[in-house]
Amino acid sequence: MLLIPCPHCGPRPEIEFRYAGEAHVARAADPGAVNDQDWAEYLYFRSNPKGIHFERWRHVSGCARFFNCVRDTVSDKILTTYPAGEKKPDLGTLMKEAGR
Amino acid sequence: MSLSLRTAKSGRINRKKPLSFRFDGQLYRAFEGDTLASGLLANGVHLMGRSFKYHRPRGLISAGSEEPNALVGVDRGNGRYTPNLRATQVELHDGLIAESQNSWPSLAYDVGEINNLLSPLFVAGFYYKTFMQPKQAWKNVYEPVIRRAAGLGKAATAADPDHYASRFAHCDVLVIGAGPAGLAAALAAAESGARVILCDEQNELGGSLLAELHATIDGVPAQTWLEQTLAALVAKSDTVTLLPRTQCFGYFAQNFLGLAERVTDHLAQPDPRLPRERLWQVRAKEVVIATGAHERPLVFPDNDRPGIMLADAARIFANRYGVRAGGRAVIATAHDSAYQAAIDLKAAGVTIAMIADLRKEANGPLPMAARAAGIHVETGTAITGSKGRLRVKAALVGKIGTDGEESVPCDLILMCGGWTPSVHLFSQSRGKLVFDEAKQVFVPGHSAQQERSVGACKGSETLIEALNEGFAAGRDAAEKAGFAKGKARKAKVSGVIEAHGGFLGAVPHGHDVNRVKAFVDFQNDVTAKDIKLATREGMHSIEHVKRYTTTGMATDQGKTSNMNALAIAAEALGKAIPAVGLTTFRQPYTPITFGTMAGHSRGDLFDPVRRTPMHGWAKAQGAKFEDVGLWKRAHYFPKAGEDLHAAVARECRIVRETAGLFDASTLGKIEVVGPDAAEFMNRLYTNPWSKLEVGRCRYGLMLNEAGFVMDDGVVGRISANRFHVTTTTGGAARVLNHMEDYLQTEFPELKVALTSTTEQWAVIAVQGPQARAIIATLVEGIDLANEAMPHMSVREGKICGVPTRLFRMSFTGELGFEVNVPADYGQAIWEAIWAEGEKHGAVAYGTEAMHVLRAEKGYIIVGQETDGTVTPHDLGLDWAIGKAKPDFVGKRSLTRVDLVKPDRQQLVGLLTVDSQIVLEEGAQVTLAANPPPGTSALGHVTSAYHSATLGHSIALAMVASGRARIGEVLHVPMPNGAIAVRVCEPIFYDKDGSRLNV
Repeated sequence: MLLIPCPHCGPRPEIEFRYAGEAHVARAADPGAVNDQDWAEYLYFRSNPKGIHFERWRHVSGCARFFNCVRDTVSDKILTTYPAGEKKPDLGTLMKEAGR
Repeated sequence: MSLSLRTAKSGRINRKKPLSFRFDGQLYRAFEGDTLASGLLANGVHLMGRSFKYHRPRGLISAGSEEPNALVGVDRGNGRYTPNLRATQVELHDGLIAESQNSWPSLAYDVGEINNLLSPLFVAGFYYKTFMQPKQAWKNVYEPVIRRAAGLGKAATAADPDHYASRFAHCDVLVIGAGPAGLAAALAAAESGARVILCDEQNELGGSLLAELHATIDGVPAQTWLEQTLAALVAKSDTVTLLPRTQCFGYFAQNFLGLAERVTDHLAQPDPRLPRERLWQVRAKEVVIATGAHERPLVFPDNDRPGIMLADAARIFANRYGVRAGGRAVIATAHDSAYQAAIDLKAAGVTIAMIADLRKEANGPLPMAARAAGIHVETGTAITGSKGRLRVKAALVGKIGTDGEESVPCDLILMCGGWTPSVHLFSQSRGKLVFDEAKQVFVPGHSAQQERSVGACKGSETLIEALNEGFAAGRDAAEKAGFAKGKARKAKVSGVIEAHGGFLGAVPHGHDVNRVKAFVDFQNDVTAKDIKLATREGMHSIEHVKRYTTTGMATDQGKTSNMNALAIAAEALGKAIPAVGLTTFRQPYTPITFGTMAGHSRGDLFDPVRRTPMHGWAKAQGAKFEDVGLWKRAHYFPKAGEDLHAAVARECRIVRETAGLFDASTLGKIEVVGPDAAEFMNRLYTNPWSKLEVGRCRYGLMLNEAGFVMDDGVVGRISANRFHVTTTTGGAARVLNHMEDYLQTEFPELKVALTSTTEQWAVIAVQGPQARAIIATLVEGIDLANEAMPHMSVREGKICGVPTRLFRMSFTGELGFEVNVPADYGQAIWEAIWAEGEKHGAVAYGTEAMHVLRAEKGYIIVGQETDGTVTPHDLGLDWAIGKAKPDFVGKRSLTRVDLVKPDRQQLVGLLTVDSQIVLEEGAQVTLAANPPPGTSALGHVTSAYHSATLGHSIALAMVASGRARIGEVLHVPMPNGAIAVRVCEPIFYDKDGSRLNV
């Protein structure tokens, strides 16, 4: 079971959270202006990387807030978490902080 | 008890507390502190089981949890039967009842032993090669027969009457294993002030010290040091938790570990309030692994007879349990440690016939000490076989490189191929193992988590190393967990003689390799020949060899066998051991009961049960309930002699004729409040909300972003900034999550608060022509007249003096109200309305009648008519879409090519040509009565009922281009022939809705 640092509540066990898919997949401000191909990409295509993944979690049994998380899908190590709406952190800086 | 097999005095058993136990019905005597294994050995019993495949007689080979052979069933009465326990771990108590497994009619005379003679048939891969044809026979004939013949114990059939506990724990330092290394680590960490948990799989903490008779540590005998150390740890009980009988079975991500504590199995009369076992889920800042090493057997022909065991196991039985495993022993070894066993056993009164050492020379201090003690040692000598059937009678030994072979009479053969570090937990933590060429063992390399290994599990061979590594590791772990660096300490050890050596693979012998069985994996009956065969047949990776031969795949996970198997495979392939690789170590380290994993989550506690405020009333009325998600809902209210069909027909008829009461409390309810509430609703639902007047309701349709219907429900506008949203019963949590997701991440600028009110409101639906008359006398402050409160409106007022949100709405097609009252008043208000209803002849109806009534009107149920691939257009719900709105969730997707295709499945009604046949929900709808195989169906039946009101069956279905097919005859193929159906509009009753607006 992962130990997930909720940016609002601190580290909590995984059972308090619900996974919510890839992060930084923004909904277009005017979906009507998006062509079919781009809309299909938005709906259905995800990066599914082996390695660093930007993803969303919801602390559903805690503060109930959605937030973003950077996790290594190979080691399950969580590099950082940050509130929804914040800018995507720089991966190079994160990796340096994690000592890799 | 055969007293002659007990040593004069040594051992940790309590000789003042004798006890008796039964094994296969026979009564035996032993002492408190014995295990089943030591108790049986003390009675001269070596035959404890039959092997898995060949049914060969087997005794134990070890004294610990790595035991592959001595698996027994223990019966604790009242259905408490546990199979496959290792006799070496079963603690004896007075009256214990155990039995052997995998033999019939008895352990000594087992019919299955014929398999041993037929063994040429049962080589590796034999199942794959032999039982291929005919195809069906595997499932019906071969597998059941093989499963019966080859087996472990039988699972208990009665429900488990015991209970199991589960708890979380946090600590600074978790120490796994309470041998010298683990004790030293725990002591050092505790002295730094860290919160420490020390667990060990054995009943007593101490590990190898429990059988240590010679060493002194810091000037006192090892067992005295053990007592003093435990006393020091107990004195710190506010920060130190000691957990004997506790197996650390799994090492998971982020220093999360699973421990299984055996709480009561060792007690003759446990307190029934105690759990049988307890699962500890531990999050540790730092971990010290001190799990020791396993002694390896030697792979020689017939190395599995009862009376053949590991050398150190025999030493442990003598020193710790005061039992001589035999009278005359031959010791076969390639490691100095067996010489210590020889010395200790000789002192305990066992005759050592000889020590046959595979090594050319054995001149270390221990071999020299053994020779000095008068023990006959032969070097360059291999054990090449054994004699005996139910007990070994002689060992065959010969000089390596010669054909000569000598038969040495004995009743005990002790073997020692060296020691394999127990790296299981380190490997589970995803650490990388490295091969130590000098010691020929895999040891922990790069760590992936906050852990360190100490002592024998990292390949260290001496007591002093174990202690000093433990002290250093405990100090380091505490410091890393945030405590001040403690004092460095070193142990002083004397009286132990260093032991080195080791051998991997199969012992050379002059016998016909095709005729002998030299076992590598005892539990799965895998021989050296099987492994060589696998490599000849093309298995070049150890993972393939493992699966083909099943070596290491038994419940012991090959603790004693993996390294020998690997070495044999490497030799056969002509590769170095690290190049062949190691198989993956997986959780659990030893088998864990389902009870431990389930904990309290069984029976009523498996899932929460949700009951409505009116549940008690419905139950008293004799309602039959159905599960809807976690809810218990009244399904129907049978009168005496009524079945489901009769009850539902009556309930439906009376609702349409008079009125009915229905408990709708399970509907999800969400309060949407704030200055931007209407805009939020505009974006989350397809419908337009801005112009909905306060006091009016609307049917709301919710889509996911892909344009598919995800939920629906009636929404009332309570005030300009407040909506009372209802959802489907099962969709409530999903809808709130969906709303929160968009509110928090896509539309954070909207000022809206969302609150689940599902459990705050009890909802009583009153439906039928008399609905208004029934509630009229109870409602205060609300004008119920049709003109004042038309269909689809909501009012706030009081009923019986209790605040209510009164909805005028209908899911039956009749005049209807839904009375929302605070949940605590639910049953009282229900009873008040019921009393009024009875005066009018009203009925209470359940979910089944509700389904029929709504289907007659063609009202959909999300999740029944829809399946996550259905659009509003498919359902004929275009009218619910606010087309002028610039955007709402799902809008963009509704114009995707696939969602506007003309041949999409659409909601239609079906009338069976034979009007009394009720279709089966889920049945396929086809064009032809007998479509050729491979024809795609046009769709499927989503709802089907007998309508008592209409006197015939009705059905709803999703059918390709359905609306264009109205009037067509289609077919529903069934096993007894196709049923002809006519497509119609999906509404069967009161098409113009005149009954709603009265």
